Amino acid sequence: MVEMFAAENGLKGDPRLQAISNAIRVVPHFPKQGIMFQDITTLLLDHKAFKHTVDIFVDRYKGMDISVVAGVEARGFMFGTAIALAIGAKFVPLRKPKKLPGEVIAEAYELEYGSDCLEMHVGAVEAGERAIVIDDLVATGGTLSAAIRLLERVGAQVVECGCVIGLREVKGQRRLNGKPLYILVEPREIDGCYY
Amino acid sequence: MSAYRDKDPLIHGIQSKIRVVPNFPKPGIMFQDITTLLLDPKAFKDTIDLFVERYKGKNISVVAGIEARGFIFGPPIALEIGAKFVPLRKPKKLPGKVISEEYILEYGKDCLEMHVGAVEPGERALVVDDLIATGGTLCAAMQLLERVGAEVVECACVIELPDLKGRERLNGKPLYVLVESR
Repeated sequence: MVEMFAAENGLKGDPRLQAISNAIRVVPHFPKQGIMFQDITTLLLDHKAFKHTVDIFVDRYKGMDISVVAGVEARGFMFGTAIALAIGAKFVPLRKPKKLPGEVIAEAYELEYGSDCLEMHVGAVEAGERAIVIDDLVATGGTLSAAIRLLERVGAQVVECGCVIGLREVKGQRRLNGKPLYILVEPREIDGCYY
Repeated sequence: MSAYRDKDPLIHGIQSKIRVVPNFPKPGIMFQDITTLLLDPKAFKDTIDLFVERYKGKNISVVAGIEARGFIFGPPIALEIGAKFVPLRKPKKLPGKVISEEYILEYGKDCLEMHVGAVEPGERALVVDDLIATGGTLCAAMQLLERVGAEVVECACVIELPDLKGRERLNGKPLYVLVESR
């Protein structure tokens, strides 16, 4: 699996990455004790940094003949639609169960405790289309993995997954079905504690 | 106000891309599905451009979007007009300190939350959602913004269901829609 951090792939020293990282807020113990939540809502309040975020993804994907941007509910919507509009691709929302009104296909994925499900409209994506998946953050890769499977089930080619924030892979363990992953920044720390 | 008369060909293009799904989420409801609009890059861009054209240069510093379909239209508008984007979410989704506003559903109640500190007094704000039905959610959204001292300039939706009279629930605030569905 190829995991690429923007700073090590063409954007070394780019001041936009620092601005993006600085705009992210860490909320300790959310949603539960021990989790240092990476809150991107503060990034959305910083117009310049938000624009940088979208621009970096757009610059990367615009020449790659991408016709589908799939965004994972709900924070993937916040970044994915602007990217889709700028590169001239369709936007396909991947949603929790029972939200999409038409005929759907569903893919289950594991949570720490239990499982959840991601759905996509039948007919939204055609066989042979080149797609990217966008979300705000990647942790274990479970959700992204389900997103990739949905797209591949209808015959699309997932070119890459793009996330604003991502941890460095731990011991090569991240379930992304061999697909490349492009990450802008690492999680922010508080007092030296890691997410 | 609706965009209908001025921009007929663009509006017609947008309206034609909205899919009606009968009996969703329950029997009798003709659901206005905007996901098919998002599959047409030109129509989606036209949608955003119509809002941007209206709000650019009006000194709007906040675009508040209602979860979750407001997150589809709101951020691109915010980026184009130079405003911040503020997500208004269902309970327990926002990680920081929040203020909450309850609103009435057909059966029961629900609640909308906004981060404390996201919006400052005196800021000029828009509220964006895909559709206005009864106006209950938009009303709650406006309340949240006004409680922190912002001025809600207008509510903006792609679709209005005029028969549900949501416009009347907006306490006199202007509503701008692109498409009406009867």
